[in-house]
Amino acid sequence: MQPNSRHFQANAESALREPNLQSALKQLESGFVAGRQRCYDALPEFEALRDRAKEVLDHTLDNLDAYLLEYEARVLESGGLVHWAGTPEEAREIVIRICRDAEAKNVIRGKSMIGEEIGINDALEASGFEVTETDLGEYILQLGKEPPSHIVAPAIHKTKDEISDLFLEHHRDLGFTKRQTERSALVNEARQVLREKFLAADVGMTGANFLIAETGSNVIVTNEGNGDLSSTLPRVQIVTAAIDKVVPTLEDASLLLRLLGRSATGQEITAYTTFTTGPRRERDADGPGEYHVVLIDNHRSEMLGSELRPMLRCIRCGACMNHCPVYGRVGGHAYGWVYPGPMGSVLTPLMVGLDEAGHLPNACTLNGRCETVCPVKIPLPNLLRSLRSRQHLQRQNSSLARIALSLWSWVALRPRLYQLLTRPAMTLLARLGASSGGFRNMPFASGWTRVRDLPAPQGSTFQARWQQQQRDRK
Amino acid sequence: MVSTENIHSADSPHVGLFVTCLVDLYRPSVGFAAVKLLEQAGCRVTVPRAQTCCGQPAFNSGDDRHARQLALQVLDAFEEFDYVVGPSASCLGTIRCHYPEMFADDAALLPRIEALSAKSHELVSFLVDVLGVETVEAGFDHCVTYHDSCSALRELGIKSQPRKLLASVSGLELNELQGTDICCGFGGTFCVKYPEISGRMAADKVNAAEASGADTLLAGDLGCLLNLAGKMRREGKPTRVYHIAEVLANMADCKSIGEGDD
Repeated sequence: MQPNSRHFQANAESALREPNLQSALKQLESGFVAGRQRCYDALPEFEALRDRAKEVLDHTLDNLDAYLLEYEARVLESGGLVHWAGTPEEAREIVIRICRDAEAKNVIRGKSMIGEEIGINDALEASGFEVTETDLGEYILQLGKEPPSHIVAPAIHKTKDEISDLFLEHHRDLGFTKRQTERSALVNEARQVLREKFLAADVGMTGANFLIAETGSNVIVTNEGNGDLSSTLPRVQIVTAAIDKVVPTLEDASLLLRLLGRSATGQEITAYTTFTTGPRRERDADGPGEYHVVLIDNHRSEMLGSELRPMLRCIRCGACMNHCPVYGRVGGHAYGWVYPGPMGSVLTPLMVGLDEAGHLPNACTLNGRCETVCPVKIPLPNLLRSLRSRQHLQRQNSSLARIALSLWSWVALRPRLYQLLTRPAMTLLARLGASSGGFRNMPFASGWTRVRDLPAPQGSTFQARWQQQQRDRK
Repeated sequence: MVSTENIHSADSPHVGLFVTCLVDLYRPSVGFAAVKLLEQAGCRVTVPRAQTCCGQPAFNSGDDRHARQLALQVLDAFEEFDYVVGPSASCLGTIRCHYPEMFADDAALLPRIEALSAKSHELVSFLVDVLGVETVEAGFDHCVTYHDSCSALRELGIKSQPRKLLASVSGLELNELQGTDICCGFGGTFCVKYPEISGRMAADKVNAAEASGADTLLAGDLGCLLNLAGKMRREGKPTRVYHIAEVLANMADCKSIGEGDD
């Protein structure tokens, strides 16, 4: 998808005025946040698991090249193929080539964020393939021609009414002429439509929650079982995965699985956790005839070699966005690309450029709630601060802010001058604001006074009063 | 440099008061309340003149050069004291948690910076955790609610300490705020760069304060307090806003933040 992050401010402001979105976002605290807390309280070793997970992933990243090669060797042994893609363009070309070689017509997809990242749906459709998303949320968005707004619950911004309308519009020709309004009836209708798609598919595409180096397996977690159908029914399976998905052992994957569901949705484990290894073997009852893995870099090796390496520990649980007060007010679309919230505010600038996504590292209060809940202890506020440093060094932040802050620092580094200037300024401000107690408008502070008053100061500064008091005592 | 050495003996802990720029400029009464609380707890308090800002605005804006220069100014002004204490978790969190990050690559300065960080404390947690203060001599006949600042809660682990001291204020009743671990929307320069988002966050907090049934909102950080007091005024809410130090020092007889004459 085309990034739209440079319009974050305008996107956010319209999101704040969108009543359906606002009521959907209000559910985050009572749903995902409370659910995670219940899991946290019920698992005494939660903190120890976080420490262990961080350790495992740091070790993996320190040896990423070796584990990727080990993973590749195991996939080849199991009869699969591994394709390496440096960029989204390369990844798209590889996928399209596999589909063409298989003389495929219909492609079904299990939900994956890497698929969004490389824009695979549009590319496949442009090449003449029929693509169907099989995750219910993603399917709804495909009908509505919208990007996901959350990495775990992609259609979290959609109301039931909107979905009823979309289904009626798109399923009418398939014989579903009644507008369904009950949740279960809507799910049932989607199930019937999607069942046909599953059976007709030539290629099934999934992402990977983890890739396991010691076995060459990929792991996906879903709550609908659509991932299993996508990977077992079609004759060709394509796994698209980023290079940071690899973990050394099955044991490591199960450690991370214990954290993933709990952190994401407040589930001890998702309804389906599926391990697949290679294509169908001779004695297997089912499974694909061809098994391909496309390993995608897309700037991750640059991150590996920079101070942003901890971001590569991310297991895409979405806890950071569920707990983010900014995401909770503006929703995912405001961020303007695939990954929203705190993790997206780190990833997006790295993947689409700090020029395009310059707002994102700044649209954060550095309140740190995300870091507290991150299951793999990514220091998200510090990473966002690092991006701000990059912006500052590359002079990519607003020049007005730069000048104001430099001026403040320059004066603050000269305490005598600072005290000379601030004392009369605060005295004047206090006098002007004394009767009303504050200001509704303040020149040079319109960002403040647009939404709140500026309280008046008490009068002279503390330093001036304190020194006076000390002199009086003598 | 002026101090109150005459009041205390030489072996009482010598505290350098880090006033913080917002208290210095906006709310000197909080500084005086801090001095009173520290002296009551047996400290010798000095207010170095050569202090202004801890450097957090520069640090959080990616201006690492100025942030380091300001950190060195703090180091020079405060290195001599037994403790550095200030009425703000945000500023003291910067000194305690982020100064060592700023000098991580500077082997020559890092030990001095780490020593400074280790002895720097937010006021209320210093009173409770370091000095073992359990009660204060104060009265405040109001129902209050307490806003935890993010830096207090998550950088410095301050949650029980203010509540412990508030419980000893006679006449004071505490009603907890719903969603007290959620940011109020101040966020330093965030609040002026993204006013609409910040304003919505502040509005939610103001509404939660009203829903708590309290007539007064307290917090330990002036950034949050100015944001929330400003939003209360804009929304026409009657809730009054004070810094917790003013209440603990029995000095909340002055006008509340943003309160006018009328």
